[in-house]
Amino acid sequence: MDWTDRAAAEEARKGNQLAFRVLVERHSRAVFRLAFRMTGNEQDAEDMVQETFLRAFKQLHRFDGRASFGTWVYRIAANCSLDLIRARRVRGERQPGLDTAASPDPSPERVTRSRQLAGILDHALEQLTEAERTAFLLRHYEGCNIDQIAKVLGVGNSAAKHSVFRAVQKLRGALEPAWGGAK
Amino acid sequence: MNHLSEEELTQAYYGDEEPESRRHPEARRHLADCAECQAAFQHLKTMLDELLSESVPERGTAYGAEVWNRLLPRLPLEKPRRVWLRWWTAVPVLAGLLAVAFLAGRFTQPKTAGIAPEARQRILLITLGNHLDRSEILLAELVNAPPGAADFGDERSSARDLLDENRLLRQTAARMGDASRAAVLDELERALLDIAHSPSEISAPELESLQRRIENEGLLFKVRIISSNIHRKGQQL
Ligand SMILES: [Zn+2]
Repeated sequence: MDWTDRAAAEEARKGNQLAFRVLVERHSRAVFRLAFRMTGNEQDAEDMVQETFLRAFKQLHRFDGRASFGTWVYRIAANCSLDLIRARRVRGERQPGLDTAASPDPSPERVTRSRQLAGILDHALEQLTEAERTAFLLRHYEGCNIDQIAKVLGVGNSAAKHSVFRAVQKLRGALEPAWGGAK
Repeated sequence: MNHLSEEELTQAYYGDEEPESRRHPEARRHLADCAECQAAFQHLKTMLDELLSESVPERGTAYGAEVWNRLLPRLPLEKPRRVWLRWWTAVPVLAGLLAVAFLAGRFTQPKTAGIAPEARQRILLITLGNHLDRSEILLAELVNAPPGAADFGDERSSARDLLDENRLLRQTAARMGDASRAAVLDELERALLDIAHSPSEISAPELESLQRRIENEGLLFKVRIISSNIHRKGQQL
């Protein structure tokens, strides 16, 4: 069935399970990517994907179609991941990504990427505020435009743009010392 | 003109400049001309581009379906089967109806028929197959419904949708001399009529009598038989 996201969301809201399935299948990979980058961990990302769509399903009645479904579900995914990060912080756990080099059983994808860069980047991302982190990940990796990011964060466009900039500035501060050494 | 600020360089990288601002064209031109700003931009670009190589574990094309399968048991679905029923039985009706109306017209005026008999036969089989599938879902839902009073709104409207289509198909089958299919469609039509005319809040005894009637006539079984014959035939065509 060739539904647009909007039509599928409308149908899903009326209780059409198949329509919701279409949306889940269409957006799973993008949600996973975002969740992985937010949490730095594959298992957490999988959990976040489930949690995101579960929340989306429960909140479908609040989806008003002003933003695209993709943007709306990103927002939920970002919030889910932030909840997890916060909970972890409360429990005094570190972001798993930070332990990459020391991990006894590193997953293959972690091994193949530059460990040095990965470790520094994970650490740098941790220093960002939630808005900055979300804005940066959406802008840099998911190619969302400022308008979409503003909707995800629930802020105005200039605030969203500023969050992207602050994130880049902080990342630069964290990455540049290592950069000089690497070159 | 001043050099570009860090923020402007970042915006230039992402293409997020304010197109309507007066500074934008100036900044563009400046960046094109100023070696110092170009170097700063290049430096930033190298860093940000490098970050893009940061990889995420791949997920294949089947990933969406996997996510769905894990998700489904967790979804708080009130009446999942009935929701499904409403969609399956109602949506394709219009298309089916149009096809049948078209064919019915063709069969009553065979001389004006512009389409090949094989094509006509195939359209009819597909339409009939779809119709029987949807009827079968409705009947199976009904026969398997738990005892007790129930909201019958979905069943009623599905039956009403199916009725018009059924009538046309029955007439077409009769006209084509297909007596056995016409007979099953006739039985089906009477059952659909009963369902369509049931109260929207059906009582426990009413539901039970409806279920017993369908079971006694073996209607579900008959519908399944001709439906599977049709699907087999459809594949051969
Ligand atoms: Zn300059």
